[in-house]
Amino acid sequence: MNHWMILPILLPAIVAPLLALAVRHDIVLARVFSVGSAVSLVLVGLLQLGMAADGETRIYSLGDWPPPFGIVLVLDRLSALMLVLTAVLGLAVLLYAINGCDRRGAHFHPLFQFQLMGLNGAFLTGDLFNLFVFFEVLLIASYGLMVHGGGAARLRAGIQYVVVNLVGSTLFLFALGLIYGVTGTLNMADLAVKVPEVSPGDRPLLYAGGSLLLVVFGIKSAAVPLQFWLPGTYANASGPVAALFSVMTKVGAYAILRVFVLAFGETAGEDAWFAARWLVPAAFATLGVGMVGVLASRSLGQQASFAALGSMGTLLIAVAGFTPESGSAALYYLVHSTLAIAALFLIVDAVIIRRPGFGDALTASPRFAHDGLIGAMYFVTAIAVIGMPPLSGFVGKLLILDALRGTTGWGWGWAAILGTSMLALIGFAAAGSVLFWKGGAVEGRLETSSRHPIVLPMVATGALLVMLVGVTGFGGPMTRYFDATAAQLFEPSGYVEAVLGDEAGPGDGAGPGDGSALGDDEGERK
Amino acid sequence: MEILIASAVAVITAAGVYLTLSTRTFTVVIGLTLLTYATNLFLFTTGRLETNRADIVLDPSAQDVPHADPIPQALVLTAIVISFGMTALILVMSVRGYFESEGDHVDLLGPEESVARDRE
Repeated sequence: MNHWMILPILLPAIVAPLLALAVRHDIVLARVFSVGSAVSLVLVGLLQLGMAADGETRIYSLGDWPPPFGIVLVLDRLSALMLVLTAVLGLAVLLYAINGCDRRGAHFHPLFQFQLMGLNGAFLTGDLFNLFVFFEVLLIASYGLMVHGGGAARLRAGIQYVVVNLVGSTLFLFALGLIYGVTGTLNMADLAVKVPEVSPGDRPLLYAGGSLLLVVFGIKSAAVPLQFWLPGTYANASGPVAALFSVMTKVGAYAILRVFVLAFGETAGEDAWFAARWLVPAAFATLGVGMVGVLASRSLGQQASFAALGSMGTLLIAVAGFTPESGSAALYYLVHSTLAIAALFLIVDAVIIRRPGFGDALTASPRFAHDGLIGAMYFVTAIAVIGMPPLSGFVGKLLILDALRGTTGWGWGWAAILGTSMLALIGFAAAGSVLFWKGGAVEGRLETSSRHPIVLPMVATGALLVMLVGVTGFGGPMTRYFDATAAQLFEPSGYVEAVLGDEAGPGDGAGPGDGSALGDDEGERK
Repeated sequence: MEILIASAVAVITAAGVYLTLSTRTFTVVIGLTLLTYATNLFLFTTGRLETNRADIVLDPSAQDVPHADPIPQALVLTAIVISFGMTALILVMSVRGYFESEGDHVDLLGPEESVARDRE
């Protein structure tokens, strides 16, 4: 067994309590440990990406319990990609946050590490209940990070965010109960084997469980009509936290791709690909709401939140295609939008701390410190987020449009994606000119009371932008990797064999009781 | 027994949803607690309703011995621990919100504002 695989979960799990208990009064030491952990996670992630690139699916049985009885971690190309993305984003955001944001409230660094642990766990696990547990780990850390810095507006948005997600967790458990009740397993690979065998009498229960699961992942990925938590949360969280959250919505998209391809995909009989029926309209609605929101926003933070929502819509359109081509396009767009939205939120934060009295409101203010540099970065990021050439947003949208070509109603899909890009273009152009150009016409100059460091935050934001350029420049090799990833994802037999061994579907996880609370239990017996 | 358990889950869930939709953080917290109770009860029944059965069969040669399914019990235990932690957290945030606004409205409106809004 390869013990490297558990390191992305173990490392932050060890560093976080250390930060909370041992070095909580020493901010310098806390920063050293936190950055050290983030750098190690990037290295470990790259190592795993290298390992997964050969196309083999590796498993790690926790406690050496054989699957499907024990919990397994599964590393394939998709998991490795998500690990690297999380680690790189985490490092960039952390470098930004140590300019002083991390001192505005207690326990920023331990919560940050726990958040990374939850994210990495969610990407690695091969068990649905374990996925629930890691969702809770990343959520409870995000609750703490969300209210980091304090203030009534943040607390109000925080309470609503927590309530929405607690209801989501309840639905998740109901879904797991229904699925376990009819299939007798929660191991994802075992589900891929058991779902086709479910008897017709139990099908409605399975369908209900799968639909509830889709609702839960829809809440996570902020698909309309479950998006209400996102604008308030992202706009009110502090900049670095919102930037880190840009990968949280992607967890929802990842979970949809993973679970609905494995368990409710090709082999699921009459329920095959049922997620697409619900996801396609939701994705287009998300895109529309997000981009109209970009146009209507009255502050930069709000605009970035709606841009995040719109990019989730575009991503979900590609995800809902459920073909290897659209999957590959979705992965490219996922990487691009995570980095671009994160950069956008960091820029919003840089603007807020330099405009006392104005904050991020879209009103003309006197010129502020470093407005030229920040304005240039905003310009580059906006180009990427809108999807204009030459940056990766353009390539990503092109790939998605290409994957849509030939499907039913693709003309409307193209019109929606291109039309909403136009809305985003107008929204960003209006916001940028008010913030960075009209300042020249207003008398005076804004001075911030304390000196804000410029080098490290701008290096961190710049690094994200350089990565966007890299994603564009190395588009060819990356697309080849994503093609291989999507091919592996949409060929679940490799995953199932790796987890369960050659004889697929050993063992009967369910109780052989004869009384049945959920109807006919013929389906779970062998 | 099935009808009893099923209706209990249904009633608790309905009460939980109703309370969660209210505008006061206190009732919302109570509602969320009820929802987690309903979830736990529901999860427990996914192992089928039966009594007086062992969950671990020690005799290795035994075949087809009726036994209880231990997995839902483990799942419920995990769910209880997690929901306990989450309830504590939302309580802390609600109390904090109470001190910020001197009222327990979910939008953190002050006492006068929230009374005015309720009247509308």
